Amino acid sequence: MNITKNIHEWLFSLMPETTASIVEMALIAVVYLGIFAVAGLYLVLLERRVAAWFQLRLGPNRVGWQGLLQTMADALKLVSKELTGTFKADKFLYNLAPYFVIVTALMAMSLFPFTKELHAFDINIGIFFLIAISSIGVIGILLAGWSSNNKFALIGAMRSGVQTISYELSVGLSLLTIVLMTGSLQLSQIVEVQKHGWLIVQGHIPALIAFCIYMIAGTAETNRAPFDLVEAESELGAGFHTEYSGMKFAYFFLAEFINMFIIASIATTVFFGAYLSPFGITESIPLLGVFWFLGKTLLLIFLMMWFRWTFPRLRIDQLLVLEWKYLLPLNLMNLLLMALMVLLGLTIQF
Amino acid sequence: MSYFSDIYNGVKTLLTGMSVTGKYFLHSRKGAITQQYPDNRDTLKMFDRFRGEVVMPHDENNEHRCTGCQKCELACPNGTIEIIWDRQVDPETGKKKKMIDQHIYHLGMCTMCGLCIEACPTDAIKWAQNFENSVYDRAYLTRVLNKPGSKLMPGVED
Repeated sequence: MNITKNIHEWLFSLMPETTASIVEMALIAVVYLGIFAVAGLYLVLLERRVAAWFQLRLGPNRVGWQGLLQTMADALKLVSKELTGTFKADKFLYNLAPYFVIVTALMAMSLFPFTKELHAFDINIGIFFLIAISSIGVIGILLAGWSSNNKFALIGAMRSGVQTISYELSVGLSLLTIVLMTGSLQLSQIVEVQKHGWLIVQGHIPALIAFCIYMIAGTAETNRAPFDLVEAESELGAGFHTEYSGMKFAYFFLAEFINMFIIASIATTVFFGAYLSPFGITESIPLLGVFWFLGKTLLLIFLMMWFRWTFPRLRIDQLLVLEWKYLLPLNLMNLLLMALMVLLGLTIQF
Repeated sequence: MSYFSDIYNGVKTLLTGMSVTGKYFLHSRKGAITQQYPDNRDTLKMFDRFRGEVVMPHDENNEHRCTGCQKCELACPNGTIEIIWDRQVDPETGKKKKMIDQHIYHLGMCTMCGLCIEACPTDAIKWAQNFENSVYDRAYLTRVLNKPGSKLMPGVED
């Protein structure tokens, strides 16, 4: 894009090359940080309104037009609150944990192609990097639960460990099914392949199964209902973040919503053609890609909210049965099916 | 093999659940049960079975249906109702008869159990649907239900 190009040239004319590139990275980081912190806040609002509509309520609609400033006010309140901690808590790890969670969440955001140009970090192992980053987040949760010196927090953290390690497999394998078709892990390459039809259409049956498995496992990865036994309110208080208050709690809260956005974004990029418009109707206006990307992502986020307000929470043994006895074998069979399909050239391409 | 039928049934029931909540979501704009209370104060009507307070309806001739039988007073588990009555000469028949002077209702003691209303043989008292019952002085919670100068509706005792 022109603006970014101009800034790029101006920076490089101003200072030596290494400093300029570092400044440029910092600038991009700040922009992304700003945008996604605010986006996270609005996701919280969206969740609350959607939850209300599912329950025939109205939701927050008093602060600003239709409650648009509600979460801003909440964030302001959280910033001004006292940061408390438990006696005998491991202070260093306790303070470190929220940053682990939020930083990994924001790091993953840099990989998504919002349009062809608006793509901050196009690494050649894109999907692999995303999976790796999203599993670092769980270390933050484990640290939080371990260092809080609270039994509820510890149980929540251990459940999170079990859950994330199990479902990580399904996320990885379902994405691998799709990678068989694209032949590349780079996100820009994956989008390029989808110019001949979105991958969920190209791969038809196995891709659809992979998408279903991905959505289930992705919901479990973000610790959202019906897999929210990490912070099961009725039995564990608030799970791993029981002892956190103020802004540190807000980091966990925000990270959960940003993670939801990430899971939906990965699905958008891999299954639904990222910024590509349906049937190529707006290919002439590249900037509209942002609109398509966010539209598809929000639709998938809505799907996850729909899950949350429909299904009851799973027990820990049911959770493990679902992963190890159902999702994993199905995923492996699906992978085999997809490999056969690609080998025999049975994919649909326009 | 129950493995695959389990998966089929699982997916089917999950989709059934989602269709139910989806319908709720689509109808939430019209069917929202939340009342935005202070805004719609003038138009907000409580539903018929809401128990706001006990009232005694009077007709246009300032006549009520209470005969002063005190069944409500006896039925009340916590002494909310007090009836002050005396025997007066009925102007029509010339006989002495029990008549109420004041039907006193202490809203502050009432638990809204409704036993008085069930006990009343002449349907003289009923529930009102008002809900803004808070006052600044406890004394306001003691109410006299029959209006001053009211008398028994003719024909209730027959």
